[in-house]
Amino acid sequence: MKRVYAKEEVCAGCKLCEVHCIVAHSQYPNDVVKAFKKGVPPLSRVIVEENRPVSFALQCRHCDDAPCTKACITGAMHRDPKTGIVINDEERCVGCWTCILACPFGAVQRDETGKKAASKCDLCSNGDGVPACVANCPNDALIFEERE
Amino acid sequence: MSLDYTTPEFLIERNRDRCIDCKVCVNQCANEAHEYDEEENKVVSDDVKCVNCHRCVALCPTRALTIRRYPLEYRQNAGWTAHDINSIYKQAASGGILLTGMGTDRNYPIFWDHLLLNASQVTNPSIDPLREPMELKTFLGRKPNTLKIENGRLTEKMPPQLELELPIMFGAMSFGSVSLNVQKSLARAAAESGTYFNTGEGGLHSDLYRYGGNAIVQVASGRFGVYSEYLNAGSAVEIKIGQGAKPGIGGHLPGEKVGREVSLTRMIPEGSDAISPAPHHDIYSIEDLGQLIFSLKEATNYEKPVSVKIAAVHNVAAIASGIVRAGADIVTIDGLRGGTGAAPLRTRDNVGIPIELALAAVDTRLREEGIRHRVSLVIAGSVRNSADIVKAVALGADAVYIASAALISLGCHMCQKCYTGKCNWGIATQNPNLVKRLNPDIGAQRVANLLRAWTLEIKELLGGMGINALESLRGNRLMLRGVGLSEKELQILGVKAAGE
Repeated sequence: MKRVYAKEEVCAGCKLCEVHCIVAHSQYPNDVVKAFKKGVPPLSRVIVEENRPVSFALQCRHCDDAPCTKACITGAMHRDPKTGIVINDEERCVGCWTCILACPFGAVQRDETGKKAASKCDLCSNGDGVPACVANCPNDALIFEERE
Repeated sequence: MSLDYTTPEFLIERNRDRCIDCKVCVNQCANEAHEYDEEENKVVSDDVKCVNCHRCVALCPTRALTIRRYPLEYRQNAGWTAHDINSIYKQAASGGILLTGMGTDRNYPIFWDHLLLNASQVTNPSIDPLREPMELKTFLGRKPNTLKIENGRLTEKMPPQLELELPIMFGAMSFGSVSLNVQKSLARAAAESGTYFNTGEGGLHSDLYRYGGNAIVQVASGRFGVYSEYLNAGSAVEIKIGQGAKPGIGGHLPGEKVGREVSLTRMIPEGSDAISPAPHHDIYSIEDLGQLIFSLKEATNYEKPVSVKIAAVHNVAAIASGIVRAGADIVTIDGLRGGTGAAPLRTRDNVGIPIELALAAVDTRLREEGIRHRVSLVIAGSVRNSADIVKAVALGADAVYIASAALISLGCHMCQKCYTGKCNWGIATQNPNLVKRLNPDIGAQRVANLLRAWTLEIKELLGGMGINALESLRGNRLMLRGVGLSEKELQILGVKAAGE
């Protein structure tokens, strides 16, 4: 399956990936200003890890044997059998955060803005194909591709 | 601390209706002009730190930022400009020489803009470059006095030549003054486009040896990174005597820019200042220059053309003549408006002559002396577009170097702060945080695009003149007419006035 890969050596650390992740998952996916100004914006599901000069954007790796899906007590965190994308079904999530403990990458976060749900990258599966972080990286430091 | 008279040069306007306080501007400004105020929970700006490089403007996701000239005015005075007054404030505070970067921003005449090209009408046909072949191939190097041809074949042994697919090369910018990612971008673009980049005086980084077939390696007064393998890695060797932005003075790469990679490439200790003396200490005459030229030819087995680069100064024609007689295969002339990573402001803005006049004077002189064929002429110093190049070729240049234009294609916004090492575009810096901002994959593509675009335009202009090979335009000053020029200027340029 296609995943997002980071090119650390050209990550400028601008965090536009975070901005556009928030916009893409907000009520106003086509309006950056409204996404931030109307109500509480959602969490960014991509996080720029920094220890300058090292920086890169990290998001869910959509592991083949995703530990979060095994750890989930309600079956909310699951792999879509068709796409292979690991998704959290917010309706079923009870906010126990076992997935956060289980994730080896720290890619799942507590989302306390709304329901007690865990927030993680869904590869913008509701969008037009290319995740917002990749589409808006100004330095091509994020690539969305199929790798062995 | 006494009062600092510094006032902002630029005003940062933040549209609060659009700003989302995402802090992209904060994390991208190496000058720390933007700051996040935690108490107020908003991003604020300090105008005085802004250098107007547009990094924040370009990356702001909501286009909330505008930079303007700071509206503070001094009492009107035609003699004492704000620039004059502020310069004195700076020097009264620092006691030092004023430094700057890029080419002069003073209002000297740009002769390219006073030269107009010809086009074919009725009496001779113009050529459509989309339908007919158009030749831009250029060979740089000494040409023999006569060509011996037997049985339809050239039997003369040709001196070494550089073969260019287009008459544009990338001017000398050393690793040290620019980042390695800049050199990588230029090297790749040169390889893709069939032209050359110039290492500058900072040696050739080990990653770039594989682009040696597209490299001109420079030997300057500091002799940084010069050794036999380096000389033989390149396709030509260039002796740098002078630079258009700062004729008569040397260079100084501060120790903080000499990190591990620069140190290895320049072959100097890490953290030490890299000082290029003003003169070459072994060159005090044309004869001395001849010795260095032939030392380099000897070291490269007479297989590579040797170029000598000088700044355009008052007696440039006589100097160029001497250089040809000293044995150079290429003479490179860098004009008054040429760029630099760092130069004393007064030198940049007051020393040298415009490249157009220098080029015309040199070409004329070498023709008069019957030695024009012994050398190729390359010019540099603020070649801004394809029309400048066509005019340069018509004035007598064989090829041009572009450097500022190449950097602009990589994202340079001409803020003139190269010397601070805080280039927000990752170009004129060695700061590992900033260097990453220039992705050489993108850079190489953008520079190659620029060359492609200019090539297409040159062909259009040539076709319009009814010329199908750049060689036919070389030194063809009848294709030029001057507007708004004095008799003397027209005479030096060797062109007729428009209407003649």
